[in-house]
Amino acid sequence: MALNEIQKKLIAEVADLHKIPMGAYNFRANGESVGRNTTANIDIQSKKDKSGIDITIKDGTKNESVHIPVVISESGIVETVYNDFFIGEDCNVTIVAGCGIDNCGSQDSEHDGVHRFWIGKNSKVRYVEKHYGSGDGMGKRILNPVTEVYMEEGSSMEMEMAQIKGVDSTERTTLAELKGGAKLAVKEKLMTHGEQKALSVYKVSLNGEGSAADVVSRSVARDRSYQKFDACIIGNAPCKGHTECDSIIMDEGIILAVPSLEARNVDAELVHEAAIGKIAGDQLIKLQTLGLTESEAEEEIINGFLG
Amino acid sequence: MLEIKDLSYSVTDEDGSRREIIKDLSLTVEDRKLLVVTGPNGGGKSTLAKLITGIETPDKGQILLDGQDICGMSITERARLGIGFAFQQPVRFKGIRVYDLLRIASGKKLSPAEACEYLSSVGLCAWDYLYREANSSLSGGELKRIEIATVLARGTRLSVFDEPEAGIDLWSFQNLIKVFEMMRKNIKDSSMVIISHQERILNIADDIAVISDGCLSAYGPREEILPQLLGTDSAMDVCDRLRSTI
Repeated sequence: MALNEIQKKLIAEVADLHKIPMGAYNFRANGESVGRNTTANIDIQSKKDKSGIDITIKDGTKNESVHIPVVISESGIVETVYNDFFIGEDCNVTIVAGCGIDNCGSQDSEHDGVHRFWIGKNSKVRYVEKHYGSGDGMGKRILNPVTEVYMEEGSSMEMEMAQIKGVDSTERTTLAELKGGAKLAVKEKLMTHGEQKALSVYKVSLNGEGSAADVVSRSVARDRSYQKFDACIIGNAPCKGHTECDSIIMDEGIILAVPSLEARNVDAELVHEAAIGKIAGDQLIKLQTLGLTESEAEEEIINGFLG
Repeated sequence: MLEIKDLSYSVTDEDGSRREIIKDLSLTVEDRKLLVVTGPNGGGKSTLAKLITGIETPDKGQILLDGQDICGMSITERARLGIGFAFQQPVRFKGIRVYDLLRIASGKKLSPAEACEYLSSVGLCAWDYLYREANSSLSGGELKRIEIATVLARGTRLSVFDEPEAGIDLWSFQNLIKVFEMMRKNIKDSSMVIISHQERILNIADDIAVISDGCLSAYGPREEILPQLLGTDSAMDVCDRLRSTI
């Protein structure tokens, strides 16, 4: 598999990969699949009707991982990719996705990844997705991920999504439907700067008895960037749902938090929290008394917050 | 050595009038000495600590650290010069771990083992705390000890502690006293200022300053000042004091 230096750097940023990973993987660069590995339990096939792959994980697959990083290092590439994950029953797997765009040119580059997950009974999935942009061209770096999750009884999924740097425009949509006893935990970390715009929409339907969802977002809006966090949890059964949006606003940033809850069952317990504020003055002062300058203190506070 | 000369500080009240918080105050903390500042609430003690550390700026007067006037310096510059400060109410951080605070305080690459030593010396079982966030999940007493550990990690020439006993229960404080006794013993060439109302802290002072209404109402060696304090209203039981006013 031949990757150039920029592509290697992007892969390191979005997938923490510095070499070819163990287990199954599919690397996509500039609109084409450039490397793939399957295992006895995890199969990856290209879709025939459109761009993307089907990942099939056999029942009972334990402690295996799938990496599907995407890098775009040419200006002007616009693509929509459909990746479907069919995860069997009683599995325990880690899936690492992520997209890095380096755009030094004048045309916009855009990757819209549509990821759909069908998670079998009692399976556990950890899903990690990072977005990263670099390059100093006028062309924008645009990422619009759509994630759909369909969870069977007793399954669980932990999603970690991070977008810390360099993506000019993003519109993230995450939909989840949970059957009885299924549990979904989402941790989103977002930092926007410059003129960036980021929208994040969640719609989580708790359909089965004993299902639970915890959607937590921590974000920082710097410069003149704009963020909108719109999380809705719908309780259709006896269930527990919690959503939390905690944001630091800086400079001339704009943050709109719209947490919402919809209970359609008397035993649905739903909670939402949202807080937006600047960095607390006493936090800055405390770190200054430890010898940091004001800007160093800000960086420490933001790094800790986005952890 | 810390020298405070004719220091004054005032604030503007809501009605626009000026109110003096510190009035022409002068005192000295020699090297290897511990000064305990005490006095009634609202007398200006915490303000004095904030003036020393640069959080507030005086209207006039001088603050000299080893002969150098530090009044024009920022909080950061004073910290780098060797002034450490433990807040009365420790600041909570979302996401910043106890280890991070100690690392920042030490100003170097701190190994977990070194960080553990600081925590152990304030009576915390280090591994339980090192990777916890310094947020509301910790009790007031725990945060207070971590606050003191950050000052220890800085290894400062002048350490200022603002009411270390505030907000913690009596049992925790009994243990904390030992920490200060140990710090007093290992003071070496540095100096310490502790703002406190506790007799056991007053007992380990070299000098005591009583600040009331922004002025020094008593100041001198412990042997001289402490007996006066213990015989006054300020050492009386609250009920006794109330009875005496009826």
